[in-house]
Amino acid sequence: MKHDEKMRGEMKKKRTIALVLTILCLGSLLGRALAQGGGELRFCVRMEPKTFDPLKVEDEASASIRYLTGGVLVRVNRQTQDLEPALAQSWKVSKDGRQITFRLRSGISFSDGTPFSAGDVAYTIQQLMDPALHSPTGDAFRSGTGNVESKVISPTQISITFPAPVAGLDRLFDQVAILSERSPRKEAAVLGPFMLADYKPGATVLLKRNPNYWKSDEQGRKLPYLDSIRVDIQPNRDVEMLRFKRGELDLINSLDSEYFDKLEATSPQLVHDAGPSLDSEQLWFNQVAKAPIPVYKKNWFRSANFRKAISEAINREDLSRIVFHGHAQPAAGPFSPANRFWFNSKLKPQAYSPDTALKALQSDGFRLENGALKDKDGNAVVFSIITNAGSKTRERMAVLIQDDLQKIGIHVNVVTLDFPSLIERMTQSFDYEAIILGLTNVDLDPNGEMNVWLSSAENHQWNPQQKTPETSWEAEIDRLMRAQASSTDLKRRKEAFDRVQEIVVEEQPFIFLINKNALSAASTAVHGAASVILSPQTFWNAERLTVSTK
Amino acid sequence: MLKSRITGHALALVATILLGGFLSATLVRLAPGFDAEEQELDPHLSAESVQALRATRQQDHNVWRFYFSYMNRAAHGDFGTSLALAQPVRTLLRDRAPLTLRLLALGLGLAWVAALSFALTAAWLRISAYDALTTMVSGTFLCIPAAVLALFSVLWNVPGSLAIALIVFPHIYRYARNLLAKSYSLPHIITARAKGLGEARILFWHVVPAVAPQLLAVAGVSVSMAVGAAIPVEALCGLPGVGQLAWQAAMARDLPLLVNITILVTLVTLLANSGSDVIGLMVRGQKS
Amino acid sequence: MNLWRKLACVALAVVVCASLGANWLAPAGYEKQYREATDAPPSHAHWLGTDELGRDRLARVLYGTRISLLLAPAAALLSTLMAAFVGGLAGYLGGIWARLAMAVTDLCLSLPWLFLLITARAFLPLNVSPLISVLVTFLLLGLLGWSTAARVLCASAASLRSADFVRQARAAGVSGLRLFWIHVMPNLKPVLYAQFWISIPVFILSEANLGILGLGVAEPMPSWGSLLRELEGLVSVREEPWKFVPLVLLVVVVMSFQLLLSRQQEVPA
Repeated sequence: MKHDEKMRGEMKKKRTIALVLTILCLGSLLGRALAQGGGELRFCVRMEPKTFDPLKVEDEASASIRYLTGGVLVRVNRQTQDLEPALAQSWKVSKDGRQITFRLRSGISFSDGTPFSAGDVAYTIQQLMDPALHSPTGDAFRSGTGNVESKVISPTQISITFPAPVAGLDRLFDQVAILSERSPRKEAAVLGPFMLADYKPGATVLLKRNPNYWKSDEQGRKLPYLDSIRVDIQPNRDVEMLRFKRGELDLINSLDSEYFDKLEATSPQLVHDAGPSLDSEQLWFNQVAKAPIPVYKKNWFRSANFRKAISEAINREDLSRIVFHGHAQPAAGPFSPANRFWFNSKLKPQAYSPDTALKALQSDGFRLENGALKDKDGNAVVFSIITNAGSKTRERMAVLIQDDLQKIGIHVNVVTLDFPSLIERMTQSFDYEAIILGLTNVDLDPNGEMNVWLSSAENHQWNPQQKTPETSWEAEIDRLMRAQASSTDLKRRKEAFDRVQEIVVEEQPFIFLINKNALSAASTAVHGAASVILSPQTFWNAERLTVSTK
Repeated sequence: MLKSRITGHALALVATILLGGFLSATLVRLAPGFDAEEQELDPHLSAESVQALRATRQQDHNVWRFYFSYMNRAAHGDFGTSLALAQPVRTLLRDRAPLTLRLLALGLGLAWVAALSFALTAAWLRISAYDALTTMVSGTFLCIPAAVLALFSVLWNVPGSLAIALIVFPHIYRYARNLLAKSYSLPHIITARAKGLGEARILFWHVVPAVAPQLLAVAGVSVSMAVGAAIPVEALCGLPGVGQLAWQAAMARDLPLLVNITILVTLVTLLANSGSDVIGLMVRGQKS
Repeated sequence: MNLWRKLACVALAVVVCASLGANWLAPAGYEKQYREATDAPPSHAHWLGTDELGRDRLARVLYGTRISLLLAPAAALLSTLMAAFVGGLAGYLGGIWARLAMAVTDLCLSLPWLFLLITARAFLPLNVSPLISVLVTFLLLGLLGWSTAARVLCASAASLRSADFVRQARAAGVSGLRLFWIHVMPNLKPVLYAQFWISIPVFILSEANLGILGLGVAEPMPSWGSLLRELEGLVSVREEPWKFVPLVLLVVVVMSFQLLLSRQQEVPA
């Protein structure tokens, strides 16, 4: 009896040990699986997000937060540039381009559990189109005067009608994060993969996984994989680079070319050059009639021949090679070749030819006297180029252009100004002669640049707010832009905008200099990262990223 | 008598602070770029939206009206809303001030300890090689841009207060060193040495008290120096303090925030300098 | 003259002569761009390498020395004299004058002068000559940089009001500005020298920072301040120690000034 009890006791002990060991092994495997599947992603934004209200987003930092937290009806796949269903299973745009009907997914909830339905879409559109809102997202939909009507057909179907055709209507909804009509948490209740967990002003924004996110992967596993994303606010690129090298950051979304090269030399697997981005850098002359600059200078700047000569005298290859370390391409025109559909492939970058430039100027009455270029009235060709201080690339481009133009006898003064002073000169006092600035494109569709190309628009930088077009070519651009905006035929729109690009290259109101490459860096701890050219370059697929623990 | 003097001083302090706020508002308002908003350049914005953006600045065009309205609201505890960050100024300052105060206190403490150690040792030893060495060390830090010192602190993972200390220490050292050296030529010091008093006793009992009022004045201005140093250090080290806020506000021409920060800085400067004046008077009173 | 001051004289003389002889010593003009050799390390052709635009760094250091070495001490002298006038005189007079002067000084220490500088830039034409721009910059620095020393000078002068030698001078019939100038001012020299010595590198560095407002030395003209800004690219400088040469030069010059000024500070051991 005692022997049996002893035997049973030993068996029990062995079974207990085996059970504990099994649990420990399983736990370790599970832990490793969890560690591989989740993790915290860390990267920086360059400035404080101004708002967490997705409808009021105006700056890049806020746009990044919106991208990660906002649920949208359709999503532009940043890699393929195709439009894909998101909260909407399907959609249809009417022939006249004024109406769009969405069929929504069912069974979806906001992050706080409030159910999602067509009523939320109607509510969001109503908020977005409020005339008092004045947001870039809402203004992008304003094609004409009149109200926007939303009709809830069923809990999963809604149609939205605009007063006038909106070109590229469906793609605009990529920027519209849906708000909850009924949630007490207002814009804090989200439909995106992550939700705001903590915000330390000036320091960090912490996003956590949205447990109610609607999407799953192909294996049926709930997305996102990441547990959280920590977004640090760090304006200084040197510090960002230091922290990345130290392993404190996992991504650098927009890497400077000199840092790209340094990092590539030691750790090539960390950096990625996705090729030309949508962004461009350009120089333009002040053509505003009431600008407080001498009349003879206005006459130079308003001459297409002068502008073209300047364009020919600039060595764009050197700008790309020296300022951007080869991570840029000479620009051919208003759109980058990265915009595959809309770029006019017939256009080629202006070749560097100072001799041709000088001949062109001489045909306009300019002449070289003791190495200095003078116009037909004997005025020495001297002008200033202003650009924003703090941008090393623009300052360097300005100095290289200064040197290029010196070779044809033109004396250029380079002045760097703080941004508000520069904007004031550019948009209000018009007290400038030439400017170097860049255009950051988030849209592929040229309709997003209506306010640049229309002569009456605020952002028609070289001569804004014209009551009537002052030149025939600007009148032609106005006609073509309006034509493409009111058409739903993609082929006709493309033809119209191709012609706009050709006119811009002929007349050179903007002297397009280069298209920067999209440079980024990602730590090897990040799995699934695939850098692209559309913003956000590195975390466009954040819901499928994982970060392995160190 | 004493009560009326204190009241007079307090009123003068308040008047100076208010004047500082008004002058700051005037400077910001008159500087170019006040009406400019970076968002204007967004091509998606309609003409009406651009006008609406500009209109938000119009209400602050008249400096007098702005400042009067600001003082009226401030009397009720409302210090306005930041234009750049769209948050109440009171909340912004309340959240960020403790970090800046800690940074300043630590930075100033380190700076003074280092500066006085070097200066007193140099005064005591009076060896030209040591003097040259300390001059070289302090001169080197004086010549390094504040931004570079801030970046060094990030690189070597040291607190931002060390960067502030390194920026301020050369100033304090130089004043202290010169003042101590000069006071060695005072008649009573020469007499004390002639009478055979020990160097340590001479230094701490006769030299230092002779320059105490001036050193206290240096202490007062060192607070202003540290406040100025905090701006690049916080901005570059990513420290969410008042210095970082001041830089953001300056670049955005954020009038409500700038006025409040100026008033805060004026208050700190006045308190520090007034404090050093009062203690200096007491010390001078004790000596005579 | 002791050994250190002799060394200081020699160092300053070498630097001044090198800057004056830049036209002959520099291998190229400061603006010439060797575009095939950008950011190059030191070599036979470029002893200190080239900058990010291919400009010879030695040439830029030599030419930059002229501007910084001439104008920064001039601005430092201006701010020192203003500090002496405001602070020293206020402390000597005492009473309401001292309180008023110190209130103004405290205001000057607190106000955001950045906006005054931005306004100053707005009044200058965009095509202003680089020389005018840099003169205006250093003038403004000199006019704005006096307040720190003024406070210390006020305290120093106030201490001297009741000094024996001042009382004796007063008893002898010396009074007013004569008393201040002949008897009080010389005893303020320690603070004045400190202010002057500190101001030189501070103004050189400030000139570079003012570049963001459109003031300061305009491209392609170099200055020590703009050369020192290269150090802000910290990630790479550790591998490129030649970029520290402007810093070393500035330290040598600043030290030399201090050693020369410290003549009055010597006390027999």
